Amino acid sequence: MSKPEFVYVTYIETTPEKLWHALTDGDFTERYWFGARLRSDWKAGSSFEMVRSDGTVSDAGKVVEYDPPHRLAYTFVNLSDKYKNDFPALATFTLEPYGKLVKLTLTHEGFVEGSKFYSGISKGWPAILSSLKSILETGKPLEIPFEALKMEA
Amino acid sequence: MNIDRFKPLTVYTIYIASTPEKVWEALTSAEFSRKYFFGNAVEIDLRVGGAYIVRTPDGALHISGEVVECVPYRKLSFTFNVNWPELIERLGATLVSYEIEPAGNAVRLTMTESHDRPLDDDILSGGRQGWPAILSSLKSLLETGEALTVKMAPPERMLAALKKLGIETP
Repeated sequence: MSKPEFVYVTYIETTPEKLWHALTDGDFTERYWFGARLRSDWKAGSSFEMVRSDGTVSDAGKVVEYDPPHRLAYTFVNLSDKYKNDFPALATFTLEPYGKLVKLTLTHEGFVEGSKFYSGISKGWPAILSSLKSILETGKPLEIPFEALKMEA
Repeated sequence: MNIDRFKPLTVYTIYIASTPEKVWEALTSAEFSRKYFFGNAVEIDLRVGGAYIVRTPDGALHISGEVVECVPYRKLSFTFNVNWPELIERLGATLVSYEIEPAGNAVRLTMTESHDRPLDDDILSGGRQGWPAILSSLKSLLETGEALTVKMAPPERMLAALKKLGIETP
């Protein structure tokens, strides 16, 4: 059986620079990413964290690549007990100008076999990246309750 | 048609700030589809056994199929066969399903492309390239009033794989 890998592509009417900012600025991510602020100094090898509104860290990993506004890569895993058998998996974003649009490709790979985290991120990313597209195109993120994602217990 | 043999090989989920009724209308009307589906017109007879047709901007028949399941504003499944000679004989039918669910102030739209046999990634690359563009544009159209202009040609790897199987493409 092949290893699980999650790939998601979306086209956004924006510029690579604005999309890069939206993917890396904690104040901005908090608005569309289920309240998560991304925190890092974005140097390769530095720590990468997702911070909840109460200041606690939900997910953690390391920066792998920071090449604005083309390619961003970091590893992370959710720190809850539910994912205790998982390890940080690699998320890579590529931003390509596409006419008046930007093509955003996310590849998330390196999961252990039978990974629960893989099943979680497969439900999370479409909501996060849809909300990202909305906020860049309309100024407003989506309001999706986390429960609506129907994550497995 | 026995759809139990069909397995999902490509799934794409997108959330849209809209209502199930508007998403349904956008998926099933030619007026909408021309704006977000590369200029193609979707003509669909919304009942089980009804025809599903896609015409290119010049009116030529591009895709034809038949409605398999129709639950207004919630679920629509249909066969989706591109009219290239030998395609259905070599690859079997393609089944497409749209599922629409409310999620907060948005709607979750899940597109599933299923087949009755395993197909390699080269063959599947056409759908995997096309659906994200079509559905990203549909989302923009419903949220901003303007569809995206996404121009793309079929992937070379798909054309090469089809040619190898003796399937002619335009």
